[in-house]
Amino acid sequence: METFWYAIVTLMLTMYVVLDGFDFGVGILYPFVTRTETERCTVLDSIGPVWKGNEVWLVASGGLLFFAFPRAYAAGFSGFYLALVMVLWLLIFRGLALELRSQLSHPLWRQLWDLAFSGASFFLAIVFGAALGNLIRGVPLNPEGYFFVALWTDFTPGPEPGILDWFTLLMGLASAAILMLHGANYLAMKTDGDLYLRAAASAKRTGWIALVLTCIAMLASPFVQPALRLNYTAHPLGYLFTVTGALALIATVVFRRRQHDVAAFATSSLFILAMLGNVAWGCYPNLLIATTNPASSLTIFNATAGAYGLRVGLVWFLFGFALVITSQVYVHRAFWGKVRLDLESSPTESHASPDSQRERLPFDINRPSR
Amino acid sequence: MASALLYDRLQFAFTATFHYLFPQLTMGLALLLLYLRSRALWSGDEQYHQAARFWTKIFALSFGFGVVTGIPLEFQFGTNWAKFSNFAGGVIGQTLAMEGLFAFFLESTFLGVLLFGEKRFGFRVQWFASLMLFLGSWLSGYFILATNAWMQHPVAYTVADDGRLFLNSLSGLLTNPWLFWQYAHNMTAAVVTTSCVMAAVGAFYLLSGNHLAHAKTFIQTGVVAGAIACALMIFPTGHGNAKQVFEHQPLKGAAFEGLFRTERGAGIVLVGQPNTETMTIDNPLVVPSALSILVYYDLWANVKGLDAFPKEEWPDNLPLLYYAYHIMAGLGTILAAIMALALLLLWRGRLFTSKPVLWLLMLCAPFPYIATTAGWMTTELGRQPWLVYGLLRTAQGTSPLVHSGNALFTLLGFLGLYLLLGLLFLIMIMEIVRQGPVPVTDYPAQTTGSGTY
Repeated sequence: METFWYAIVTLMLTMYVVLDGFDFGVGILYPFVTRTETERCTVLDSIGPVWKGNEVWLVASGGLLFFAFPRAYAAGFSGFYLALVMVLWLLIFRGLALELRSQLSHPLWRQLWDLAFSGASFFLAIVFGAALGNLIRGVPLNPEGYFFVALWTDFTPGPEPGILDWFTLLMGLASAAILMLHGANYLAMKTDGDLYLRAAASAKRTGWIALVLTCIAMLASPFVQPALRLNYTAHPLGYLFTVTGALALIATVVFRRRQHDVAAFATSSLFILAMLGNVAWGCYPNLLIATTNPASSLTIFNATAGAYGLRVGLVWFLFGFALVITSQVYVHRAFWGKVRLDLESSPTESHASPDSQRERLPFDINRPSR
Repeated sequence: MASALLYDRLQFAFTATFHYLFPQLTMGLALLLLYLRSRALWSGDEQYHQAARFWTKIFALSFGFGVVTGIPLEFQFGTNWAKFSNFAGGVIGQTLAMEGLFAFFLESTFLGVLLFGEKRFGFRVQWFASLMLFLGSWLSGYFILATNAWMQHPVAYTVADDGRLFLNSLSGLLTNPWLFWQYAHNMTAAVVTTSCVMAAVGAFYLLSGNHLAHAKTFIQTGVVAGAIACALMIFPTGHGNAKQVFEHQPLKGAAFEGLFRTERGAGIVLVGQPNTETMTIDNPLVVPSALSILVYYDLWANVKGLDAFPKEEWPDNLPLLYYAYHIMAGLGTILAAIMALALLLLWRGRLFTSKPVLWLLMLCAPFPYIATTAGWMTTELGRQPWLVYGLLRTAQGTSPLVHSGNALFTLLGFLGLYLLLGLLFLIMIMEIVRQGPVPVTDYPAQTTGSGTY
């Protein structure tokens, strides 16, 4: 049961990264791919209907972590105190930017929120990558199961690490590059004209950066956390994730070159899924790895919420999850296709010929989750 | 460590209070929007479509602020109250996770449909989306209140070997007897807030001579819904709540009534300042025997005062608790009176010409916000010194390794950020109200000149 919930929480978080990941990526690229106000509106409209739904995957993941493994939630959230509160502030700024930009048409007002949107997206991508790095590297848990890490200490992943060290920073940069690639692919799928060309070009460029940074991070991980290797030696099946991830990233680059927009986006989603699956496979059954004494690590067994709770949770979770998937597929389907702003065309016209503007979807982006 | 506790408490109190300014409007508005959309669908009247679209904009704004200020609350359970999360997570993790999964998804998904799907979807889909918004937001409230009700009145748990609590009955948690009256009272309060806001916007338009037809719809809807909700607020929901407090948490009841000494035939203090030195009320204005009658339906019933309990069990801020309760009850009564008067005039067909009452309706918009805030202060301050009533003291629930310097840093950050948020919200809401309900054809062009962004 604990293993099942470990898989679910991981899956939810991964879905969050795949879904909100593309709008973070779009956010980072936003100032670089747009030249005119119309283009900026197009970009914002491309994520407008979906970003909030994407963000609640984070809330749901947090809630599920709290529900299934309260002890890990308590230790992790209090231990990463400063980083998490700053994540909150950044999420608030980003949400504000998306909500408020359109409300006034003064150019300075819009420039202000453009900056907030892009900057917050960038820092969030870095912080989320660094967070993953922290989970891999481990934290100085005390025997009671709590810890506290400063934002940085001496930038080495020793026994008294900070949230930022060279490894987590590397992970942060890799995360930013991957999300930029992912966001650029999404944008290419949603736009046309000059914007499309610029998005496709960014995807090509960030694709290479992502490839290089991922390779370095992949090579560094087992040295920073030797325990990761144990699971792979014991269960080599996990290498399936590694192979899938590698193939997906190469496929992204290839599809990008051949201008298969949807396929490129699908493979970059698959790449993120596989990479995070990789990490989850290696860390299992640890939720928080102790750098102090391996016995202090919080695992899914000593942090559990109890047998009854986990069992009964299954009932509402499966129901809720089906609901979530249905509504998300519905919304993503409803807003599928290239973004059209009705500047000249009247509402009735754009409503009358939606099929000519929208391609039929060969498959849905939510599919990997099922 | 003591100051870290203080900052943790202040931070949660401040962020929760600020957050709840937004959901109370969205929860009430979800109901009234469903009404407006139903009227629109049923009559096909363009007027109601416009009205629904206008309030959807306000809903979206308030919802957005509610979401961004709500996430810090979920986070703070872990960041600032780690020991509490560790202790009680096995139980309340259920309701919080359910909230995240069901309600949040419903709300944000269907709000997207309403805001961005104006032209893609027909009116029926929009009505359905409104229904889902209503269900989502009220379900959200239910799960959150189930969490709070459990902290007030813990049920359905077993103690594990390591002292942590595990759930033993999900249905027991969701049908906590405490929850029923608390939820009913809270949701009617949300409807009161929204009704007052809607009536106030209507009164503003009518007094300033704009959007006259809409103004009348808003006032009518607001006053009728507000009068019903105000009545339900006092009886049975308010009464039911007070009764269960005196039954299960007599100390809290005695504290918010300012009843220092156990009395036969205890009265209700309408006005007066509690003096914790002398254990008396200064400048009291008392309705004799009223408390005995309301709680036990008996003129001479014995009501336990604060002196019946050991002092270390007392809530740590008695005067504030006392004032919070009196502000809630006082404002609630005043609002009920205003709504009753407006309803009477509406029924006689004189409300739209009665300037003083319109002014009153317009100016009373902030009162329900103050009343609900005071109501939540009553509940939460009255729960002290317990975090989980009878099981875990507040001082035992904080994060052991987050020291006061860190806690103060984030508290100050939140104060600054939320000040900015509050100002922005006011600017935005004024802009929306200034634009007013506009005909459909102008709608996209009016807001931005380019779609929704």
